Amino acid sequence: MIDKYAVFVPNLTNRAENFTSGHRACQGCAEALAVRHVLKALGHDIVISNATGCMEIVSSPLPLTAWNVPWIHVTFENAGAVASGVAAGLKVLMRKGKIPEKRIVSVGMGGDGATTDIGLQALSGALERMHKDFLYVCFDNEAYMNTGIQRSSSTPYGAATTTSPAGKDSIGQHTWKKNMAAIAVAHDIPYVATACSSYPFDLQAKVIKAVESGGPAYLHVLSVCPTGWRIPSHLAIKYGRLAVETGVFPLYEVQDGKYRMTADIPKLRPVRDYLSGQGRFRHLTDTDIDIIQKRVTKEYDKLISLHKSNNG
Amino acid sequence: MGKRIGMEVSLMVSEAVKLADVDVIAAYPITPQTHIVEHLSELVADGHLNAEYICVESEHSAMSACAGSSAAGARTYTATSSQGLQLMSELLYVVSAMRMPIVMTVVNRTLSAPLSIWNDQSDIMANRDCGWIMIFAENGQESFDQTLCAFRIAEDRRVLLPVAVNMDGFILSHVIEPYQTVEEEIVEKFLPPFDPLYTLHPDRPVTMGAFAMPELFAETKMAHEIAIRDSYAVIREVWDHWGELTGRRYEPVEEYMTEGADTVFVTIGSYGELGMDVVDRLRAAGKKVGLVKIRLFRPFPYRDILNSLTKFENLLIVDRALSVGGVGGPLASEIKTALYRLEKRPNVFSFIAGLSGRDVPPEKFIEMYEEAMEGLKKNQWDEFTMVGVRQ
Amino acid sequence: MPKPMEEYRVEDLNPGCVIDEPGNAVVYHTGNWKSQRPVWNEQKCIKCGVCWNFCPDNAIMRKEGGYFVADYEYCKGCGICAHECITQCITMVEEVV
Repeated sequence: MIDKYAVFVPNLTNRAENFTSGHRACQGCAEALAVRHVLKALGHDIVISNATGCMEIVSSPLPLTAWNVPWIHVTFENAGAVASGVAAGLKVLMRKGKIPEKRIVSVGMGGDGATTDIGLQALSGALERMHKDFLYVCFDNEAYMNTGIQRSSSTPYGAATTTSPAGKDSIGQHTWKKNMAAIAVAHDIPYVATACSSYPFDLQAKVIKAVESGGPAYLHVLSVCPTGWRIPSHLAIKYGRLAVETGVFPLYEVQDGKYRMTADIPKLRPVRDYLSGQGRFRHLTDTDIDIIQKRVTKEYDKLISLHKSNNG
Repeated sequence: MGKRIGMEVSLMVSEAVKLADVDVIAAYPITPQTHIVEHLSELVADGHLNAEYICVESEHSAMSACAGSSAAGARTYTATSSQGLQLMSELLYVVSAMRMPIVMTVVNRTLSAPLSIWNDQSDIMANRDCGWIMIFAENGQESFDQTLCAFRIAEDRRVLLPVAVNMDGFILSHVIEPYQTVEEEIVEKFLPPFDPLYTLHPDRPVTMGAFAMPELFAETKMAHEIAIRDSYAVIREVWDHWGELTGRRYEPVEEYMTEGADTVFVTIGSYGELGMDVVDRLRAAGKKVGLVKIRLFRPFPYRDILNSLTKFENLLIVDRALSVGGVGGPLASEIKTALYRLEKRPNVFSFIAGLSGRDVPPEKFIEMYEEAMEGLKKNQWDEFTMVGVRQ
Repeated sequence: MPKPMEEYRVEDLNPGCVIDEPGNAVVYHTGNWKSQRPVWNEQKCIKCGVCWNFCPDNAIMRKEGGYFVADYEYCKGCGICAHECITQCITMVEEVV
């Protein structure tokens, strides 16, 4: 709601930039934008454990760092486990009086590959252990963009990538996007939400709720990648908005198991509006688009009914 | 001085970890490491050890969580074996290069396939280039002592490297041995609180784990190499201090009955105990045989090894691992490298014995000796011998 | 102020290659990536800050008086600000070197 009416809300946003200029993300990278807003909402008292991937590479070419907050990168598939170690370390050091008591949030972050594929086990372990003051954020740009646009389990059906190219015998990615938020929900953690950097205030509000839930919390942030989606850089925000308005990427939160839709969309736009103009979908036929439309409507309706049953 | 009591060696190691008052343990169970982590879990559950025990879902996550907690400034411990160490392997290289003073007990066990839970050292030898300090314990008492020494070495500001204390699975881990306990006051004197150089804390933000371009990468590796090479002096200093406090003195390389010997067995790990028994027997039979035990494997103590081994004509190096398709035993291979620059080199006989816990009684050592003497007579012997293999 | 990486010697590195100057990436100017630069028409600007909000590179600053301006040292010329501006007060103009 706030995004729709409050034009001047940006003026209220936290001014501190803990992800500094000088980072080397591509032009129009909505993932860098998402990181920027997540950090604005998180404030100062955090430690970030970052998986290998775009955000790690663009921010930390030795001897430079774009991070103004404590930050560690270890490997690709273990951000959940590293963040667990940080959380446990801070907790015991405070308990033993070795560092002052203070709420410090251990934040794991990774891309879709690091989260839904190679790092899923470490993340599942971390969520299952119920660490307090623990948040994991997946910045989902829907493929392995850092290594050159290879498909992941988070790549949507029909998208052409360098390892799921469209061709005579292939539609491109032939499986449906893995529903990572649902997997997080299945861990019965206090807070799970989806978000998108095209809706920065919704994103920030969810980060704050995630932290206030006590944790562990999981945020799945759609992060438009102009390079990998093959769109002009200036349209990055627009395509994030279209993903939400067409129901391709619904915005919702799950607090203590209760689903709530968070974007005010009286009527979904057709998925064609989202798919057309993206180079990765240019090969899709009308029949393909119909198949996607059916699936999107079905999945969206499921969420709506969860929303209705959970909110009387 | 502490009491002398009997205890399973795994439990001794857990007691050492407790005395070190570790902050975080992250571990995943694997035979034959289990008794260590089970006992530590009990100590935490009973309130005898004020630590966070993270029950991770894999060894990969165990070492990853160790990285996180060590970076947060917590004294951190883990233990593993075999496949577990291999699953950690990726992280081993990372945490050493990131200079994290994690202490790990490696309860040595063979690597699959075929799957086998029994002892040899193929697990750690497969990771010998991972940049950790590596110490091999010979018996229970030493497993306990080296665990405490490992924290002090690792956390020394001049070192800041992870330390792996190796002990042979089952042969040491599951046997009850006598050991001398150490009073808490002595540990307090010996092991100061962990005072990390950098920590992940918002009061002083740092970036850890930045990537390096080719323009800078070689310098980072050289820094790691210098750090581990320089750790040698600190290791000696720590062992000397431990010796002063407890009377138990350790050297990187130790000799037994080498006076007047022309031939020596060279062993690592628990073979040292067996080797002493064998040397006693051979000496009783009038053979001029001694024993050299390697305790420190990384940094490889070249100078000590040369000082010792060049005194003898024949070296019978007994490995518990095979470098498949390579030059046989890893220890033998390293020692041969150390000897290369000498003008007059001793003869090296490389034996690989006890793979996957195959029993190696003293008679097998005596057979090795006889085989080597036979080879000398014919002036011909193989690059290495797999002891007792049927073919 | 960090040195160029090719000037680093072994002894210049912190143990573990820790970087203890937070946010020192600001010395790296990404501004020369751009082929277009945003220009504001203050006649049309309503000072809402949407441009500032959607900039992935923190390259938009608020001036005195509440108007916005790009920091051309960092602006990569993506054009998001111009596209998202509510009053269309931002124009992307050719970067002339």
